[in-house]
Amino acid sequence: MSSTSSTRTASPPRPAPAVTRRVSPAGRPRRTGRRSALTASGFLAPFAVLFLTMMVAPIGYAIYQSFFTVRRAGLFGGTQSTEFTGLSNYAAAFGDHDFIASIIRVILLGCVQVPVMLGLALLLALLLDSRSARLRKTYRLTFFLPYALPGAIAAVMWSFLLVKDLSPFTGPLSHIGIDVDFLSPSWVPVSIGHMITWGWTGYNMLIIYSALQTIPAEVMEAAALDGCTGWRLAWAVKIPLVRPALVLTTVFSIIGTAQLYTEPAVLVGARIPGVDPKFSPIMNTALGMDMGDQNLASAQSVVLALITLVLSFGFLKYNQRKGAMA
Amino acid sequence: MSVIQAGRPTRPARRGTDIASKAVVNGILGLMALYTLIPLWWLFVSATKASGYLYTGAPLWFSHFDLVTNIRDVFSFENGVFSTWLANSALYSLVGATVGTLLSAMAGYALSKFSFRGRESVFNVILASVLIPAPMFALPLFLLMAKLDITNSYWSVLLPSCVSPFGVYLCRIFAAASVPDELLEAARLDGAGEQRTFFRIALPLMSPALVTVFLFQFVAIWNNYLLPSLMLNTPSLQPVTVGLVQWRSEFASGVSPLLSITGAFLSLIPLLVAFVSLQRFWRKGLTAGSVK
Repeated sequence: MSSTSSTRTASPPRPAPAVTRRVSPAGRPRRTGRRSALTASGFLAPFAVLFLTMMVAPIGYAIYQSFFTVRRAGLFGGTQSTEFTGLSNYAAAFGDHDFIASIIRVILLGCVQVPVMLGLALLLALLLDSRSARLRKTYRLTFFLPYALPGAIAAVMWSFLLVKDLSPFTGPLSHIGIDVDFLSPSWVPVSIGHMITWGWTGYNMLIIYSALQTIPAEVMEAAALDGCTGWRLAWAVKIPLVRPALVLTTVFSIIGTAQLYTEPAVLVGARIPGVDPKFSPIMNTALGMDMGDQNLASAQSVVLALITLVLSFGFLKYNQRKGAMA
Repeated sequence: MSVIQAGRPTRPARRGTDIASKAVVNGILGLMALYTLIPLWWLFVSATKASGYLYTGAPLWFSHFDLVTNIRDVFSFENGVFSTWLANSALYSLVGATVGTLLSAMAGYALSKFSFRGRESVFNVILASVLIPAPMFALPLFLLMAKLDITNSYWSVLLPSCVSPFGVYLCRIFAAASVPDELLEAARLDGAGEQRTFFRIALPLMSPALVTVFLFQFVAIWNNYLLPSLMLNTPSLQPVTVGLVQWRSEFASGVSPLLSITGAFLSLIPLLVAFVSLQRFWRKGLTAGSVK
């Protein structure tokens, strides 16, 4: 309603002489030029200052630090000198067996966990969207519930729930002949992947479900007229149309996997013997920082940030290109 | 509506498959709901068990109901540090999300409603930072703050929490969608300054969307673990996530598991209430994220 009155006010091509200098020429809705840039930077400034100090500066500091090495002259501290050592910290990072192993571990974990979680999320979204579904609202809220439990607290919960003698799952499973210890070294990666899946499937399902809801009625009508129903409808019509949502959830999941820290860290804290304190790359780096080699830790942070950026951005670009060709 | 009409004629002929598909669809949904709820149910049931009875009897059913004592224990343990943790979580989340939302709104508005040289580059840098996980910033940030000697303070957690690049991205979309250029032009014609135009016209128009940004930022800060666990050593500064993990890790040194279980259950309640009462807002945020 207000927009009609505003159009009326804005449209006359002859603004009052007194304010001519204050407004941009009629017919150009956006303000351009020097004054506009000044005003815009005024609105941007508070965010920009925090963004620069809290995100850009630390990364810059880490990059800077990664090129230096602290040398201690004496055995007990003595005199310290900081030397420029070029890429030696990077060489050390790539030569660190634990660090590389943790990167490979997390990439492998993500290669299994992300497809499982997103497949499940897509399946649930399609089921909820299908004609046969009942109690849609209840299910939606139920699947979303785990998102309300912080990852760290969920991990605390699972650290009790998965202990062999206490778990409500191991008992029944051993009755039917499946004897597993979810917190044994060989099962721990599966259990950690499972914690993330439990926590985030509903969140991803909601993004996909929301995208399904925006498919225009005419499209569905046309598909129905062509006799397209059930799984064929889902596969040939719905899934291609919610592709942007699938890309988005995949990118978020790649980023999520790269930052894996909380779940294994909680299990380490809970002294679950199967989890190594160097399980994930971030745990490695945090540990290195604690041990005092900040320069190596800086190089590792930079490497991790680059890998993540390449993976998530690469996936995004790859899909854009594929989408453009299709 | 026409979809339903179009689908109708084929329906009676395939009643049998309809019933079958209904059973399969709702069966799978029901199973998944059970899978989602069992752990939370276990958490609730366990929080009600009297100490010493946690591991006896059925894990998924009540025995020796003693919820009130457990809650009292959680709040009195270590001089009531649990309520401090909750208050800290609330402080970090409320202040961080409020400031973060306002800054995001201003930045998003600037990026959407003003054209200036370098606008797209600024936006791309902000967007690129969304593609790097926050923890990647947390580690270098810790190094920097340690160097400046400002770790282990409220500020070391609060300041980074106020930055939300994703919020800026959402706000840019929201500003473009819900603030008409004509209206801003009209306000300027009427002689309103830029600040006044923003606070009196743009901000109210964006406010439903801003609730979404606030909510997501609030949850992100409330759920954060790595940043506060890196920055804070003093228990009285820590949020509830760090505190509960600490209690869990002291299990071996005799801290009752009921403390962390009941604490976990209690810390779920505030967000649960927020989610149920603000349902339409978080759905809107998710939708905005998916329509690129």
